[in-house]
Amino acid sequence: MKTDRKNTVAISSRWLKAVCACAIVFAIGSARSAVGQDPAIISGGVGFLTTTNGGNTNYLPYAKPVAALPLGDHVLIETRATILANFFHRPGDGYDNSVFKTMDYLQADVKTGPHATIVAGEFLTPFGTYNERLTQIWNQTFQDLPLIYGIGTMNTGSSLGGMVRGNAFANQHATLTYAAYYSGNSTSGYFGAERSSGGQAQIYLPESGLEVGASYGRSLGSTHENFEGMHLWWEPIDTGFRFRSEFGRAPHAKGYWFETDYRMQQFGGADSALGRLEPLFRMQQTFRDAPDNNDGLPFVNTKRADLGLDYHLPHEIRIHTSYGRQFAPGGNVNIWETSLVYRLLIPTWKSKR
Amino acid sequence: MKHLEITALGLALSITALAAASGLPQSQSDDAAQSKTNSKLVRSAHPAAPDQGQRVFQQNCARCHSAPEGFPPSASAAVARHMRVRANLSDSDFKALLHFLNP
Repeated sequence: MKTDRKNTVAISSRWLKAVCACAIVFAIGSARSAVGQDPAIISGGVGFLTTTNGGNTNYLPYAKPVAALPLGDHVLIETRATILANFFHRPGDGYDNSVFKTMDYLQADVKTGPHATIVAGEFLTPFGTYNERLTQIWNQTFQDLPLIYGIGTMNTGSSLGGMVRGNAFANQHATLTYAAYYSGNSTSGYFGAERSSGGQAQIYLPESGLEVGASYGRSLGSTHENFEGMHLWWEPIDTGFRFRSEFGRAPHAKGYWFETDYRMQQFGGADSALGRLEPLFRMQQTFRDAPDNNDGLPFVNTKRADLGLDYHLPHEIRIHTSYGRQFAPGGNVNIWETSLVYRLLIPTWKSKR
Repeated sequence: MKHLEITALGLALSITALAAASGLPQSQSDDAAQSKTNSKLVRSAHPAAPDQGQRVFQQNCARCHSAPEGFPPSASAAVARHMRVRANLSDSDFKALLHFLNP
């Protein structure tokens, strides 16, 4: 009986994969055959990362490929995956490794009007700024996630359901944007998501480069919990300076991070030897009120400061190196990180337009 | 711990001061050099970019990442539509960005 059930599940899974593959082939074929259809692109980042945390070194070949396929004038299908291998030393037993693969998002964006786009499928949970904007490896200033990343992102960072987003108003002086979503529960390995809802709103003042926003998320699983967040970004236009910060609060913990970096483009331009340098600094802190295994924050009050240096080589290659020190009651540790990241962007076929 | 906080604050202030000293308040004499830098930053996208599209790029896309080098114009529709959703662009900003990426 059990074997039959297993076979049924395996067959269903195979059928599901076959149907998905056919749908993708059909969509690409339809798109290509349409007159003047815009081509799909393959983009993303690949890299090689190393982390030494408290004396233990991990080596991580890493890829975050992205594909985007425009369909007609109003629809975009886009997807991103994370594939990484982790090589680590096992004392007295040489090196071991583990492989991690997941789908970050697979979504259809349907433009329904000048102020709204409906997103359906699996999408990045819109809470704070880090999850949607900085989880691509070539966007990140530091290669690891902030300590408060778990707040509001519902453990997986992805949601499975629907979202409406857009701008409420926009002119040259100010832009007000919003997002609201609902997610169902999914325990699938590739499409993991928690039943939840939430949203965010932010106002951006382009002349001063200032953005302030607030986020709210509610976990609707076995325990109903609220998460709140605020963010402030200051990125003066036409300068290499950036300041980003977030504060997040979960039922039993809270914390913040801020990071600042400066691309030294004022010294001979962004392509000069000095202009390719980018010093970085990040400070973060978490506060634990009560034990909670679900919010993803450290179990004890923790502080961490990181100081880094990026060098932007030609041809979309970046070298990153950083040193951090983490302070916690259980012991302080040094964290050294280095990485080499390459960004790619290629169209899949020639456009007729 | 307190020493760490002071050091951290000092470092943040140092980077801020460095940025400020090297051009945050733009003087008029810096404008020409600055616009040269800007055009350098986006030159690999398209040299004859209209002002509005360039503004949209810098105020939205460039806040998280730099312009890609050797940007293929045929990829512009997919890139601009991705940014329309990710950055919640208005219709006019989306059209300006599309024109900037593929004039």
